[in-house]
Amino acid sequence: MMEHQNASAALLIAPTGSGKTMAGFLPSLVSLVEVPRQGMHTLYVSPLKALAADIKRNLLTPINEIGLDIRVEERTGDTSATQKKRQRVDPPQILLTTPESLALLTSYEDISRMFSGLQRVVIDEIHALSESKRGDQLMLALAAIHRICPILRRVGLSATVKDPSLAAKFLSYNSNHCEIIKLDTEAPADVEMLQITETAPWMGSGGSYAIPAVLREVAKHKTTLIFHNTRAQAELFFHNLWLANTTNLPIGIHHGSLSREQRQRVEQAMVKGELRAIVCTGSLDLGIDWGDVDLVIQIGAPKNIKRLVQRIGRANHQYDVPSKAKLVPANRFEIVECIAALQAVQENDLDCDDRGAGSRDVLCQHILIAACAGAFFSDELYLQVTSAGSYSDLSRKAFDDCLDFCATGGYALKSYDKWQRLVLSNEGKWHLRDPRAAKRIRMNIGTIQDAELLKVRIRGRSGKPLGEVEEAFAATLVCGDTFLIGGQIVRYEGLRDMTVEVSRKTSGKPKIATFSGTKFATSAQLSHRMLAYFQKKDWPELPCYVRKWMELQREVSRLPKVDRLLVETFPNEGRSASVFYGFAGRNAMQTLGLLLSKRMEDAGLNPLGFVATDYAVMLWGLEPLTDPSSFLNPVGLRDGLETWLSNNAVMKRTFRSSAVISGLIERNLPGNRKSGRQATFSSDILYDTLLKYDPSHVLLQITREEAMKGLIDFGRIEEMLGRVSGRIDHIVLDRVTPFAAPLLLEMGKVPVKGQAEERLLAEETARLMAASGLDKI
Amino acid sequence: MIDGHIFPLFGAQLIARPSGILWWADERILCVSDLHLGKSDRMARRFGVLVPPYETTDTLQRLQLEIEFLKPAVVICLGDNFDDLDAANSLSLTDRQCLSQLHAGREWIWIEGNHDPGSVELMGQHLTEYKFAPLVFRHIAKVGAEAEVSGHYHPKAAMRVRNNSIVRPCFLYDEKRVILPAFGTFTGGLRTEAVEFKTLMQSVAFAVLIGNKSYVMPMPRE
Repeated sequence: MMEHQNASAALLIAPTGSGKTMAGFLPSLVSLVEVPRQGMHTLYVSPLKALAADIKRNLLTPINEIGLDIRVEERTGDTSATQKKRQRVDPPQILLTTPESLALLTSYEDISRMFSGLQRVVIDEIHALSESKRGDQLMLALAAIHRICPILRRVGLSATVKDPSLAAKFLSYNSNHCEIIKLDTEAPADVEMLQITETAPWMGSGGSYAIPAVLREVAKHKTTLIFHNTRAQAELFFHNLWLANTTNLPIGIHHGSLSREQRQRVEQAMVKGELRAIVCTGSLDLGIDWGDVDLVIQIGAPKNIKRLVQRIGRANHQYDVPSKAKLVPANRFEIVECIAALQAVQENDLDCDDRGAGSRDVLCQHILIAACAGAFFSDELYLQVTSAGSYSDLSRKAFDDCLDFCATGGYALKSYDKWQRLVLSNEGKWHLRDPRAAKRIRMNIGTIQDAELLKVRIRGRSGKPLGEVEEAFAATLVCGDTFLIGGQIVRYEGLRDMTVEVSRKTSGKPKIATFSGTKFATSAQLSHRMLAYFQKKDWPELPCYVRKWMELQREVSRLPKVDRLLVETFPNEGRSASVFYGFAGRNAMQTLGLLLSKRMEDAGLNPLGFVATDYAVMLWGLEPLTDPSSFLNPVGLRDGLETWLSNNAVMKRTFRSSAVISGLIERNLPGNRKSGRQATFSSDILYDTLLKYDPSHVLLQITREEAMKGLIDFGRIEEMLGRVSGRIDHIVLDRVTPFAAPLLLEMGKVPVKGQAEERLLAEETARLMAASGLDKI
Repeated sequence: MIDGHIFPLFGAQLIARPSGILWWADERILCVSDLHLGKSDRMARRFGVLVPPYETTDTLQRLQLEIEFLKPAVVICLGDNFDDLDAANSLSLTDRQCLSQLHAGREWIWIEGNHDPGSVELMGQHLTEYKFAPLVFRHIAKVGAEAEVSGHYHPKAAMRVRNNSIVRPCFLYDEKRVILPAFGTFTGGLRTEAVEFKTLMQSVAFAVLIGNKSYVMPMPRE
């Protein structure tokens, strides 16, 4: 690291446990010892608050031991207001922070004074940041700081990067050269499938069939981390684990929706070695070293090889000892996916996902932040923004649209002349019309959608909340619904003062999943590996029943291939079902389902509904599909996308998040949440209004850009159509095939909308009137 | 036959329209509540938030459809007609013209709400409440009142049908009163389980869910 200390940007890729974080700090410590000085010297940014705290402990040990006079301080959402104020007056030599707290810092007028003299910035776990809007925000904040500190050197640290040049582009300033330093790879991980005697279910993602085997492993190891892909699954698994935990092994749960107190309790117990296992989610993914973990169990297919490698790294955090991990596929398709993932890990073949250009909703937020810090010339701000790697291709028009949006709302109807947010001064600088607005803008800084959470409390009892649920989820609850939180079953009692009130329920089955959050989609890399795996002659490593399942599929139909699309049509329960084995990941397959059902509707095939998984989409309707290729031409699909896009829930969800980030709506409009629900109206209404009266508005453009990258994932559909390029195998059968059978059991069937909801309403209201006897009155 | 749910209130036959309008056919009275005209203007002024400025036009267009269809003799706006008095006074010229067109040839009554206490510079009568026997029209329901038509709470009802959750704005009525849903485009709602409705509504009470059609059901409670 010392050799590269003068590079303007350097990316250090080294395995977990190799001490790369300390290496990142070494040049700072040396420089501060050689030339002691006051003021900020090094800025450290990590994706997690907990990681910043961890690094502080690790840094202070050598500093105190050697007796260096170097101040190291954190600045995160948890830092007290007094401490924060003091830091702005008298910054420490090394400041540890998160992208959100850094963005907030850059919104103050004294930004130049605080960062003057800054030499280095160290960005930890850069791969985790570069995959999300948080990374865009960080790089825009650094661009602002770079303007003040032209000699700033950037260091990125990462354990897992497939394509270092992409990460280097992300890190670099003004497309300057970024050095890439790669350390030897670590000892090969000891990772394998967990031996389970029970048969995996046809479908589902909970993995509860493996609980006895998981408990046996927990008993054999010191501390086991049991990773899940979603919070809902973690909750469910934890619940079932305790029902089966007859020997009372101490097992805890940790995920991002639990209250801070509850999480800290689990973290402390883990450090003290009091817990034998922790059921967790992504909240424990990154480099925090709590306790002595010697086994990682991944429940459900990892969906993404990088994430798996990261999780495996949680076990045995030492450079030269192999990490030990076991995989638990949740169903038959996932068994194949896990085998494919194991091979990829052995070959160190990571998935590559280029997020593409920086998000423009984050840019809008950045423009508002810049205005908080002081008046600016638009030309200068444009140059500053495009110095950040992910915005280097941003056109001036696209920038100006965002600026106009921030200033006037950007509406075709110019009605906000009096209330513009930003106004142009005589000298041509943009500034806040009302300087008091800065406070409100600061309150909304950040790109993580966490503000829509509601606390959950036991009714009639004060004290600590049990945790939080998404507001959207809470809105669907009806009195008497039961759900899981923190491993307990609770009954929904009502909403009061923005808190979800519940009562404890000791028995019974939780009725609904706790979180409506998105599921990860299987990466392209893994999907291709699965398709290649199907083409093997035999699969000796698979359990017998899975092998038979695949052999039977090959016999009665075909096994899906990389360069061909398998489509099966068969009758089922008086309807005709068609399955498209696209292997393009859950989001893209869902989009394909929506598009195909629309086109089938137009063709008079009367589709009734569809269901999508990472591997396939099944549609059913009254008429059988005769020529699938006519529905799959890319131009037609794209046209369908245009019309269908505008009115769907995915777009509305994406709009909500972009509207908050770009500052169109605030996380907490003062007075709104407190004064009761009737004052707030949903962002869906804003979306509908905008679509009706101002369809080319910039925020709708941004919503489309984000949806295409994210939940709609049209890119994966095009990737699939590209590799298939018209080679479609349509197999017509008289019954369901082995591969299609799991889809019949899949949850989350989507009815083809239209009169469906009206019909349900009519039926149910009539039933309720009759049941209560009120229909006779 | 006019679409909607028909119910009696102290002898008056009322229709809860799928649009959220209350129609008293015998007296040709159209009643609408919580228009919240000028909401985007107030949000910009008060909070510096620039939401799409199209909601006033949208609200008025939907009201216009109902007025053209029903041809009322009297229009009663039940309060919170404007998001605040400044918003009322800064309506765009187009919106003002639209309002005066709607007004032409009929009686128009503005009832004050908590958002718009006091009169606005618009044609029509400005009242705190209005009696038209046997009914009384006011913005906020009074505990113990009878034959009362009010708004203010923006009621909405939620239910779960075959694992689908459906939430709709609704009318609430019992033998003493009816509470109207909010008509304004930028309005949210208060769930019928809320404690406010517990004290206001009788034990036998109904919710009329609106949308494409009106659907009546027992008022959902805790």
